[in-house]
Order: sequence, then C-alpha cells, then structure tokens
Amino acid sequence: MFKKDISAGSKSKVKSSAQRGIRAKILEQYPKLEEHIEEIMPKKEQLDLVKLPDRVALYTLGSTPLFFQHMDDPILPHLTIVHKYPDAFPRLRIDRGAIRFVLSGATLMAPGLTSPGGRLPNDPEDPEGRYGKEELEAGEVVVIEAEGKETACMVGVLTVGTAEMKKTKKGQACDAGHYLGDGLWGLTLG
Amino acid sequence: MAESVPKQITYCGVCSLPPEYCEFGGTVKKCEDWLKEHHPSLHGKLYSQEAIEQNLSTLSLEAQKRAEKDSQKKAAKAAASEARAQEQRDNSKVLIKRIERNKRKYVTAVQGLEAFGLDIKKVAKDFGKKFATGSSVTKIPGGGEEITVQGDLSDDIYDYVVETYKDIPEDNVECIEDKKKKAAG
Repeated sequence: MFKKDISAGSKSKVKSSAQRGIRAKILEQYPKLEEHIEEIMPKKEQLDLVKLPDRVALYTLGSTPLFFQHMDDPILPHLTIVHKYPDAFPRLRIDRGAIRFVLSGATLMAPGLTSPGGRLPNDPEDPEGRYGKEELEAGEVVVIEAEGKETACMVGVLTVGTAEMKKTKKGQACDAGHYLGDGLWGLTLG
Repeated sequence: MAESVPKQITYCGVCSLPPEYCEFGGTVKKCEDWLKEHHPSLHGKLYSQEAIEQNLSTLSLEAQKRAEKDSQKKAAKAAASEARAQEQRDNSKVLIKRIERNKRKYVTAVQGLEAFGLDIKKVAKDFGKKFATGSSVTKIPGGGEEITVQGDLSDDIYDYVVETYKDIPEDNVECIEDKKKKAAG
C-alpha cells in the first residue's frame, strides 16, 4: 500500500464521539489490546486524523502514528505500536529467506510461512503457543514476524485462511499492508 | 488497568529500522558503525561471529548466493541514490531576489529552497512570522514555486536562511537584485 514515499495530506481533529467509535472498533478487532488501550490512546487525548494518498486515513496522537485504515477496511496498527505491544496481535512467522522480499514490499507467499522456518498457528514446532492455537480465517489482520528476529516486520490482511494454507502451501498468503521501511514507516509528521 | 510497560525498541539512527533488520537495508556498514557507537551491547549481540554464522546456516547455499547478490545490488542502489542527492544538493542554489515593485517598494522572492528538502509552505509561514510581513508561495512562470515576501528583506533573509537551515552551505545562497520587469507592459 505504501511502496512509494508518501506525504501527509490534511490533518484534522477527530470528534470525540468518533474517537469513541474508533476505540471501540479497535478493541473489537484486537481484544487483547484492552489492557493497553489506555496507554496507546488515552480517553482524554485528542486524536488527529491525517489523510494519506489512496484514501488511507491515519490516526495519530500528537506526532505518533497509531493506526491506519483504508476506506472501511479493518483498522491496522502502525508497526511502532506492534513493536511496543507484540502480544496483542495474532502473529505468524516467516522464514529467513522471505524477509528480504517482504522488506521490499512483495506480497507474502505461503511457502514463506509453511517452510520449517515459518510458523503458523497450532504449529507442532511451537510448543508454547506463541503463535496461537486457533486457525485464522481469511481477512484477518496478522502481524508478521521473522525467523531469528524479535520484532515484527509487517502488518497485513490474510488472503487465505491458515488451515487452507497448510494444505496447499502455495500462492499468496497475505496482502502487504505496512512493512518496515515503507512510505508509512518513513513518514514524519510535523 | 494492567501495569504492563510497553516494550522499548531502539531504532537505527541511519536507516530507522530496528537494528535487527539493518542487514536488509542498503546501508549495512553505516548502520553497524552507528550501532557500535550508540548501543555497544546491542552491537555485540547482533554482529558477533556466532550470530552471523547462525544466520547463514539456515539458508541453502544457493539461496545465500542469491541473497548476497541482492543485497549488493541494494547497497549499490542506496549508495548511488545518496550520491545523487548529495550532488543535487551541491549544485542547487538558493536565490534571494529583490524585486522593485513601485519605486521605493520592494518584494523579496526566494527560490530553490525545496531542493534542500524543505517544505516551502512552512518556510513561507516562518518568514512571515519572523519578519512580520506578508509571505506567500507563488507559482513562477517557468514552472515551480517560490516564496514571495513583502518588503526588502534580502539581507535579513540571507542571514536567516544561513542561520536556521544548517543543511544549506552558505556558498549556495545568493542574493541578487532584479530590476523592474515592468517595462514589459
């Protein structure tokens, strides 16, 4: 979505009623964020909405980007939020070979997740359940981590359910939403 | 409210990624030096011999070669783009023009600030605030935009630009006087 460098458009304040709505929506989408939400977007603070190209809206608090949304698609977290609260999102892991493709903005393909270095939910090689026990459906928002790294490198929307991915092991797995080093990552807010 | 503290992440000062991912950017060498200087402990962890070996062992030989080629290409690209930006910076000039408007009245036009990565709209606002005059961004006939400040402020603006925007070398800022083009009409 943000392969090219982007520049921020107009910035406007979010109505407090709309702010409540956003907050509720985020909590509905990421229930595990409940305990952190007060730190991420305190009730009293004024959120800003920054318009980005291609009808993407970015919600910010001061000059820290928090979440972004393309039209009425699911709200996605900015990677800095993911880095701060890694436990609050459903996670998958890709193998080492796939990292460089992801970081240059390619669509994530299934083999990167199904190979020995990758992790999907309910993986036999993941006894602690770090990557969850429930299979994820297509359309869910996932955070992509990488083999041998601690921090996440991408946020995206699954195009195929994880159960099916395990069966076919082919094709696109996840639309690149926001990855390390993309335009949104490089965006500086004045 | 749970008292869990958000995880603190250090970001690389060179490529802005978390240091773990520096190796995938084009500026690995610089990133490494930066990390060594600012976060020695992290540097030790990430760039130790073991860590590098472990990274390599997980890939097949062929994939390693491909990755290496790719990263070389990327590094070359990054270096080239940086050099180009630097060159452009060296070559571009900031022109401060004093234009006579009406015998004793002048406006001052400033061109070429955008080449130094400045947002001219913002700079125009700053000029207006600093000098307490009208200041606006206007289109110029040859394409592009310039800042027009009301009043003869060429010397003040020269000082201000050199003072505030350290990125711009003083030699690249030039004051010129423009005699009235009114005769055209």
